[in-house]
Amino acid sequence: MGSESSPKIVIVDESPIRAAILEEGLREAGFTGVVHISEMQNLLARIYALDPDVILIDLENPSRDVLEQMFQVSRAVRRPIAMFVDQSDAASIQASVDAGVSAYIVDGLKKERIKPILDLCISRFNAFAKLQDELDRAKSALEDRKVIDRAKGILMKLKGLTEDEAYVLLRSTAMREKKKIGEIAQSILTASELLK
Amino acid sequence: MTGPLRIGFIPLVDAAALIVAVDKGFAAAEGLDVTLVREVSWSNVRDKLNIGLFDAAHLLAPVAIASSLGLGHVKVPIVASFNLGLNGNAITVSPALHAAIMAEIDGDPFDPMVTALALSRVVAARRNSGTEPLTFGMTFPFSTHNYQLRFWMAAGGVDPDEDVHMVVLPPPYMVDSLASGQVDAFCVGAPWNSVAVDLGVGHILHFVSDILVRAAEKVLAVRQNWSEKNPQVLAALIRAASRAAEFIEQPENRAEAARMLARPERIGVDADVILRTLDGRLKISPDGTMRESSRYLLVGREGAARPEPAQAAWLYAQMVRWGQAAISPEALRIAEGAFRPDLYDSALGLPGGDADPPAFGSVGAFAGPVFDPADITGYLASFEVFRRAP
Repeated sequence: MGSESSPKIVIVDESPIRAAILEEGLREAGFTGVVHISEMQNLLARIYALDPDVILIDLENPSRDVLEQMFQVSRAVRRPIAMFVDQSDAASIQASVDAGVSAYIVDGLKKERIKPILDLCISRFNAFAKLQDELDRAKSALEDRKVIDRAKGILMKLKGLTEDEAYVLLRSTAMREKKKIGEIAQSILTASELLK
Repeated sequence: MTGPLRIGFIPLVDAAALIVAVDKGFAAAEGLDVTLVREVSWSNVRDKLNIGLFDAAHLLAPVAIASSLGLGHVKVPIVASFNLGLNGNAITVSPALHAAIMAEIDGDPFDPMVTALALSRVVAARRNSGTEPLTFGMTFPFSTHNYQLRFWMAAGGVDPDEDVHMVVLPPPYMVDSLASGQVDAFCVGAPWNSVAVDLGVGHILHFVSDILVRAAEKVLAVRQNWSEKNPQVLAALIRAASRAAEFIEQPENRAEAARMLARPERIGVDADVILRTLDGRLKISPDGTMRESSRYLLVGREGAARPEPAQAAWLYAQMVRWGQAAISPEALRIAEGAFRPDLYDSALGLPGGDADPPAFGSVGAFAGPVFDPADITGYLASFEVFRRAP
């Protein structure tokens, strides 16, 4: 497949979910030649074998340094690959680094053909980060609820309160100490462990 | 207090002066509010420094030069006004390669010329028997590790581009790659050599101080335009790092420094491994053989923290030797200009001038003529193995 049709894109990402989200987005946008590499062993050899036009890699991936060697061992590469860092396009670089993704392209691929790929990449990475964030928050909310329920139980038992009264006591203490209810509940659990 | 600073680092022992400057309070005492950001790749550190997400960074000395020259990447002038460490790397080989080299050795195994000649015989034997060439791992194309491996093997007649494979590997993957046979040897900083020996999958063949007496390793790097806009902040940062380096070099403080560095959010390895590195007392063989060196890693002592332009010139000469850079007086001037002893001296109230004693300005390589920055062409012509720039 020549670069004048759909460019061949390699996604290097150890997170299968994020890679799937990105891959799906690229396919929807009409980029059909997408390959995902999740295994970092012999990364460079696999990339040479695939011979992509564009390589996308997440910034949490230590193997990013491996890709930098592509600029050096030109004997082994059929086409030189340059990083997508156009000095005039600082905003785009900043956005991709903020989103946690970096792109490498073959030399000569036109900038207007890369722009939609990178934009899509940035938005999908940001969407994934938001999803992850929501998941983390939901998890911690669930944890908080468990801790609060246990703290209520302790207060009910020790102070002879009803469930509602125990909750009011937790909430008013949290407000007075400018802390979260979850934190107050956790300190009650810790204290009760210590006093056992 | 100045505005908050974000400084990137890679979890390696040679980030010690930077980490201790922050965690021991030397930076705060200078009125600096520093957040250290742990990174996973040199590419990330370089890019985040270049685009301004970091104010400063723990950086490979050659990357500061390459970035200033625009080699392999976008050109952003970088200045190194504090040298975080001299030396500190080691070459570790698999048990099989160790045995092969020892079978060919003719002389002192700590003499790098002796091992390089033995390596060349091993390489020749493999070629004659049709065995796959050896693979050497290093950390980055523009790294001291790359140049140190190349300098060493080329002295014995091994061409690093023709006779063996040189591959980049992230430091945390080095040990696994050696164990799985993906590489036969590697050159990396602490703690990874010790980790390989402790796991019984590698022998430390050389400390890089066997190859070069004084090799600038990591620098505290900032963008040149940032240094011009924030001279007072930079001076305060240099003073904080300098106090930290002095602290680390006091033997009675090393255990405390090692504990500080060992924390999971800093280097995240056993404090004892870090202490052995700072003390230059390393187990070099799985059988327990120890080796001590007063030159293993220098953090500030013997003038180690002062960035010497001659070091930058030597690194630039390696880029020329291996075809990464073209030779030009202009490029040499830029490379030397990336190392700024003047900023270091003025921050610390030192008189300035040339390296004192002059030996502090030289690399002291085990092979080749004495390096003269004024005659890189002549220097490189004395080596049989070299590349020409494409």
